[in-house]
Amino acid sequence: MFRNQYDTDVTTWSPTGRLFQVEYAMEAVKQGSAAIGLRSRSHVVLACVNKAQSELSSHQKKIFKVDDHIGVAIAGLTADGRVLSRYMRSESINHSFTYESPLPVGRLVVHLADKAQVCTQRSWKRPYGVGLLVGGLDESGAHLYYNCPSGSYFEYQAFAIGSRSQAAKTYLERRFESFGDSSREDLIKDAILAVRETLQGETLKSSLCTVSILGVGEPFHFLDQETIQNVIDTFEKVAEEEEGEAGEGEAEGEAAAAAAPAEQGGSGDQDVAPMEM
Amino acid sequence: MTFTIPIDNGDALKNAEADSQRTLYPYVTGTSIVAIKYKDGVLMASDMGGSYGSTLRYKNIERMQAIGKHSLLGASGEISDFQEILRYLDELVLNDNMWDDGNSLGPKEVHNYLTRVMYNRRNKFNPLWNTLVLGGVKNGESYLGMVSMIGVSFEDNHVATGFGNHLARPILRDEWRADLSFEEGVKLLEKCMRVLLYRDRSAINKLQIAKITEEGVTVSQPYSLKTFWEFSAFHNPTAGAQGSW
Repeated sequence: MFRNQYDTDVTTWSPTGRLFQVEYAMEAVKQGSAAIGLRSRSHVVLACVNKAQSELSSHQKKIFKVDDHIGVAIAGLTADGRVLSRYMRSESINHSFTYESPLPVGRLVVHLADKAQVCTQRSWKRPYGVGLLVGGLDESGAHLYYNCPSGSYFEYQAFAIGSRSQAAKTYLERRFESFGDSSREDLIKDAILAVRETLQGETLKSSLCTVSILGVGEPFHFLDQETIQNVIDTFEKVAEEEEGEAGEGEAEGEAAAAAAPAEQGGSGDQDVAPMEM
Repeated sequence: MTFTIPIDNGDALKNAEADSQRTLYPYVTGTSIVAIKYKDGVLMASDMGGSYGSTLRYKNIERMQAIGKHSLLGASGEISDFQEILRYLDELVLNDNMWDDGNSLGPKEVHNYLTRVMYNRRNKFNPLWNTLVLGGVKNGESYLGMVSMIGVSFEDNHVATGFGNHLARPILRDEWRADLSFEEGVKLLEKCMRVLLYRDRSAINKLQIAKITEEGVTVSQPYSLKTFWEFSAFHNPTAGAQGSW
């Protein structure tokens, strides 16, 4: 994407009918570290890669509980993501208070999309630079949606966003048809395997990923490190021992090559802003 | 429908003229509603009277209405406020339908919405002068609840408003069972309504019984109950007090 005279503000159309600011916002999503979501008929799993600015800092929180029955994983500008999560929590709790009943996730997603659309049609605003994977329940079962900065949203069986998400998507594309009837455990396993795909060679450890689950009869919660490590062990046990040394060498090389923030986002030839995770 | 042109006289608590903009007393009122859960859902009974003080002025008022697919609302108290509530609920149901997404408002949601409305109005010293009964069935589960004009809200297996609380509920406490059939339920309600007819001066002998089940709502045609007035004490009632009437 190259700079041109139609990309200065969001309310300027290009002659080919594009809003470049909106497209640039979607680029910001692609720069963030990966977030993955998948669903069965009764459960939704959201997983993400934990990224820290440096070894000294803690990792950025990318998955938020919105309500007992709704969770969201973000990729892109985390500040925008935090603000939108707060909005979602607010909508959800207001609905619960008035109706004593959980807000159907499909309706929350539309509110969110409408909010994002407003930012694409005001000259004094900018689009939100964050993509959201919203997983939740409503009367018809479990749902997974993707909300993007343009204000559109789509429903998915499984999806991945952020950097190197294509690797995860390829993995998910091969397997998604069976997800509907997956057991809870298989769904978690598939999510962690999809996360592994985005790491591209780096050893998969439970400290590198965050996994959350919600479902019918199971409120949203994060899986603890031990549980995640147990799942990893079921498929990494043999491979880990062989690849251990090779993996470490690779990780060191990448850290040296990256710019100031030790972020693995982007294709490596662009600086990644520290605010994007 | 009546309209009021809003006049902003400010705070009703500080400015005397502002009083004319808030509810002080009811004018046209409906009397008791009695409702019970039964085997297949909920049964609700009400008469069709609208009193203007002590005058039985209106005799064809339907005080029960279906709300959406799953609920039935009955109201006692100020009829115009009931009509206002129906407009709010109409809008609520409309917006819910417009989503067209497979989700729909159940009786629990409607009951809680009404509780919020009634309580908020009470907090502004401008209540909707009604006691509402909300019954419904959704996904096989029956629901029956009540909201008063001050926002007191609860659920129970049988509820009644106004005089019904005093005359009907004792009967229901003794005779209600969870597995009542439709016929048994109607008989039980008619027993309550008959007592109310004899003893509540604002009751009239023209009632409707509404039924709500998983299939939907049906409100019966109006009918009247058989009454018996030939008690010997009613013959020559002034026998013991000459000159009285």
